[in-house]
Amino acid sequence: MAVLNAKDLTLKYDQRCVVDGLSVEIPEGRVTMIVGANACGKSTLLRGLSRLLKPAGGTVTLDGKDIHTRPARELARTLGLLPQHPTAPDGITVRDLVGRGRYPHQGFFRSWSPQDDLAVQQALEATDTLELAGRNVDELSGGQRQRVWIAMALAQETDVLLLDEPTTYLDLAHQVEVLDLITDLNRRRGTTVAIVLHDLNLAARYADNVIAMKAGAVVAQGTPRDVVTEGLVRNVFNLESRVIPDPVSATPLIIPIGRHHVPTELELVS
Amino acid sequence: MTLKATTPTRPDALSDRAPKTASQGLDLIGQRRGRAGLNRTSVLAAGVVLLFFASVLLGSYTVTIPDFFTIVANHLTGGAKIPGASFIVMENKLPRAVIGTMIGLAFGLAGALFQTMLRNPLASPDIIGISYGASAAAVVAIVIFGASGAAVSGAALGGALGVAALIYAISSGTGMRGAGRGNAAGNRLVLAGVGIAAALHAVVNFLMTRADIRTAADALVWLNGSLNSASWDRAAVLFLALAVLLPAVAVISGPLRLLELGDDTAAGLGIRVNPTRLALVVIAVTLAAVATAAAGPVSFVAFLAGPIARRFTRKASLPASALVGALIVLAADYFAANIAPLLLDGTALPVGVVTGALGAPFLLWLLVTNNRKDA
Repeated sequence: MAVLNAKDLTLKYDQRCVVDGLSVEIPEGRVTMIVGANACGKSTLLRGLSRLLKPAGGTVTLDGKDIHTRPARELARTLGLLPQHPTAPDGITVRDLVGRGRYPHQGFFRSWSPQDDLAVQQALEATDTLELAGRNVDELSGGQRQRVWIAMALAQETDVLLLDEPTTYLDLAHQVEVLDLITDLNRRRGTTVAIVLHDLNLAARYADNVIAMKAGAVVAQGTPRDVVTEGLVRNVFNLESRVIPDPVSATPLIIPIGRHHVPTELELVS
Repeated sequence: MTLKATTPTRPDALSDRAPKTASQGLDLIGQRRGRAGLNRTSVLAAGVVLLFFASVLLGSYTVTIPDFFTIVANHLTGGAKIPGASFIVMENKLPRAVIGTMIGLAFGLAGALFQTMLRNPLASPDIIGISYGASAAAVVAIVIFGASGAAVSGAALGGALGVAALIYAISSGTGMRGAGRGNAAGNRLVLAGVGIAAALHAVVNFLMTRADIRTAADALVWLNGSLNSASWDRAAVLFLALAVLLPAVAVISGPLRLLELGDDTAAGLGIRVNPTRLALVVIAVTLAAVATAAAGPVSFVAFLAGPIARRFTRKASLPASALVGALIVLAADYFAANIAPLLLDGTALPVGVVTGALGAPFLLWLLVTNNRKDA
């Protein structure tokens, strides 16, 4: 099993510092959701954790070893990543796309093996995309396409999986479906998962562990119950809200308070 | 008895089998698609072989198939020559067809590598000025330094590599890196290339107006692309270059398949994106450069081969693109050397004029249909 750790991490785009001296641990075998307002550095942190961005300072370690000193392909057998906007080449079939997730397991002279076939098959089954295997990716709906990309990440068979906003552009039903799928993966395989997620309520529902970020720093980390409070929402999102127990899951449920549609007595209460 | 025993199990068996056969059916579709792609690639290969022999055997001087084999066998063993025919086949038609095939393969691959890597059909070496860099350097060598022969080919090679390095430096310059890299990097490369091509165009035009008429005629070959001066020496150089470059393409094609998925996805799958991209650029530019050095910038072959191959095999494929490149050059050269004289009072055209005439409308068509798709 694998533990992903960032220590005194500083991440910059050219001279612009986005994350400064941040230390965080992605706990093993849990689902971690990274939340925060737009441009708070949460996607940048994910890029730093997955070696897409070389740190200007500090280190990122996987099982105690610096991820930047390990061979890229070896690292990709342990640490998987699904970026926000992957692009599917024209005319590629679902099975072909999912199969490309096997690249890190293939050697220079070792091509496709029965083991690769099995991994692809399992990934297709787990994401319920087996019946789409022969279809072209361009023909699929947004929800199906996202499941296929997740299948590709599953075929990579990594112990740690990082996902950058995997529910963007999906309707609510598909958002829930994707998060259920990721939870299945975590429960069945014990995969350590870290997700950058926009929707705070879904994050509170599906996370074992929440990391809240503001201006490139970690403001709070812990279970949703401990971390997601009215104070945190005010601090991180600059939004007044009520936080009540979710009637379905008893996890925190954030009810935003805007300027309209709010009776005055409630304004007095808050 | 048997009926009784089987009936109760049947629903189970059916429900068990139903999804399995469905997925097997889909598997078959997938395989059939793959096989169709392979079949279509072999159709292309057969087409190249056919055109190769057509251009050697037919045309202004017709050679029969038995004669052709006698000529080649006797040439290799030092046997008796057929007067006239031996010379025309061995010194003119055969090297011409061999070089035509090889530059077609090289241009086709160079174009497909660029287009796939940058996810942009406009990003072929002839559009972004790399082939033009080769011809500009050749013209400079001829007009200013009075160079000829191998020196000009060398200058062309150097020019292509120099222009490629310049484009790469401009488009990956500091101050432009950010979260939105990837496609943006490709678009910058195309824009930088178009700009440099325009500048080189001006340089070439300036030199051509200053040069005396005979030098200008020499230089003109380097602006059009022509197989008229094909020789075994050139074929040998080209063959050696391809013997190194084709295996390199085979090695890099694996990582290229992942770069297609976007830089971030590729990095997540264990590709070192920047070194891989650099290696791809070097291989593709060298392919375009050695082909240009052998026959001048046969325009639009690199640009056309990838999209045509993709439409024909219904998926992106490097071997198919290479074969389409060879097909275009062989067909265009046959037309230029044998059919154009019939239409134009005996004037044989350089092959680059024919591919240019084919390429320009296709470029416009591609722009129009792409815009429609985006809208």
